[in-house]
Amino acid sequence: MRNRFASTFYELGQHDPRLVVVVADISPAGSIAKFREDFPDRFINTGVAEQVMIGLCAGMAQRGLRPFAYTIATFSVFRPYEMIRDDLCYQDLPVTVVGIGGGVSYSTLGGTHHAMEDVALMTSLPNMSVVAPCDPAETEAATRWLALNNQHPAYLRLGKAGEPDLTSEAAEAFTFGRIRHLRRGRGTAFLTYGPITKTALALADAEERKAGQPATVVSVHTLKPLDADGLSAVLASHDQVVVIEEHVPHGGLGSRVKELAWDIRAGCDLQLFSLKDEFIHRYGNHDDVLAAHGLSFAAIAGELGLL
Amino acid sequence: MISNSQNWQAVRDRCREYRRRILAISQTVPALHLAPAFSCLEIVDAIYNLLMRRQADGSLADGFVMSKGHGVMAQYVVLEDLGILPASLLDSYCQPHGHLGAHPDYGQPGIEASTGSLGHGLALAAGMAYADRLQGADRTTYVVLGDGEMQEGSIWEAIMMAPNLRLGNLVAFLDFNDYQGLGRTTETHPHFLPVSEKLTSFGWEAVDVDGHDSAEIVEAVQNRRGDKPFFITCRTIKGRGVSYMIDAPIWHYRSPNKEEYAQALAELAADGEAS
Repeated sequence: MRNRFASTFYELGQHDPRLVVVVADISPAGSIAKFREDFPDRFINTGVAEQVMIGLCAGMAQRGLRPFAYTIATFSVFRPYEMIRDDLCYQDLPVTVVGIGGGVSYSTLGGTHHAMEDVALMTSLPNMSVVAPCDPAETEAATRWLALNNQHPAYLRLGKAGEPDLTSEAAEAFTFGRIRHLRRGRGTAFLTYGPITKTALALADAEERKAGQPATVVSVHTLKPLDADGLSAVLASHDQVVVIEEHVPHGGLGSRVKELAWDIRAGCDLQLFSLKDEFIHRYGNHDDVLAAHGLSFAAIAGELGLL
Repeated sequence: MISNSQNWQAVRDRCREYRRRILAISQTVPALHLAPAFSCLEIVDAIYNLLMRRQADGSLADGFVMSKGHGVMAQYVVLEDLGILPASLLDSYCQPHGHLGAHPDYGQPGIEASTGSLGHGLALAAGMAYADRLQGADRTTYVVLGDGEMQEGSIWEAIMMAPNLRLGNLVAFLDFNDYQGLGRTTETHPHFLPVSEKLTSFGWEAVDVDGHDSAEIVEAVQNRRGDKPFFITCRTIKGRGVSYMIDAPIWHYRSPNKEEYAQALAELAADGEAS
């Protein structure tokens, strides 16, 4: 996802002189190195200083540029949060804050580097949009939309690098602000976003084997503005809805889907699988830390009776 | 543009009128940041009336950010005088039907940045100045900082960053009135001074002036080299112009009652006759 973001930004930046990237000592590498060579004035490294990263982006946006701020998600969101709120959202400026390593993907780096609460924080801000693509292609589509069309602050939550393709056979294309059916099915629907969509697709396979009919899988890549109509339609047309997200249990997609289910008096079963409301002092690879939070395929499949 | 023939008496008279207008507004609300506006009044007046260039159509060619947002009354009255801010807006200051509050709100006439939370304005101004240079705009961005505000870490992030970006088009004024919420800035942080040397060592060009001497302010800014961001420490007096507000922290936010208002007007009038 990181590399596709970089190559997309480089391509767009060649044609749009308003695109600027401000990093805080963390670079997407890859094509951004080329961008830096070709457009040295439009690549700024503030060093280990995230507050001025956001402030500079805001000031540049006030003068007509379209800056992207980029660093590890915890430092993109938590450290300069008040600058994001006041400089970007209160003033409603077209700046995209990119957080690399959303969720617990920096597994071995520990809790200081796990962005588990970012969706709750960012979706709570007026004017802010929140987009969390699931794979490289969706990252490209989201980056294009944010760079070319968006007129407001946005948060782009990315995984790390090496995520597999999950969307080349998707039932629908990416549209900002709309849910995206990756698979259309009946009976059970999986609602998810980000790289853990891979697990949702595997669970849908298991569900299909058990139920003998295809399950629905939806990428809810745009968490704000949330596609309430699209989600309500899914809730109304399935017997069972399962939300899977790499985020703490409150303030994320699961909470919002529960609100919607109440609003429309949904009659389906609804199950939520998220990170725990805990700091887990365990390491290993990304999947290992997800498993420690109860977000492994095996754990969820067991809960759903698919094993 | 300024010259030796500048009528400095007229500048003093204008600043006195600005203080009168702020005092008049203070009688319509229970509280406003009066003393913090009085300390930076000559600074803001100098920026708008003596330093900023005009476009052919008369509009301002340079930019301004009030980073110490609680000083915004000084900006409001100058913007009103310049015809940028309608008097009707200022007359409804902090009223239910009004659009002007106690801190600047981006999008209101002449207001280029929302501040109020301290420590934001320098990075914003640096971003504006950088974008101007990137886009070939001949514009200087002026920013006014408070001395208490200088304790915010974000200010020092911006101080470190601005020289890296070679922002010769950025001019930062420090309204050094030596007061913050709970006391004197130099007591809260005894090593705050010398601040100009700190800025110089961080790669800025820095000078010290009397922040109530308009001629000194203007001369310092016009004589800057211009190849680095410029930091001008303005020694000021919080509540300048009204004797009972000086050295009395309560006037950071209190509005004068009727008797106090009358005394303030009398002191301003006497000061005008004396000068």
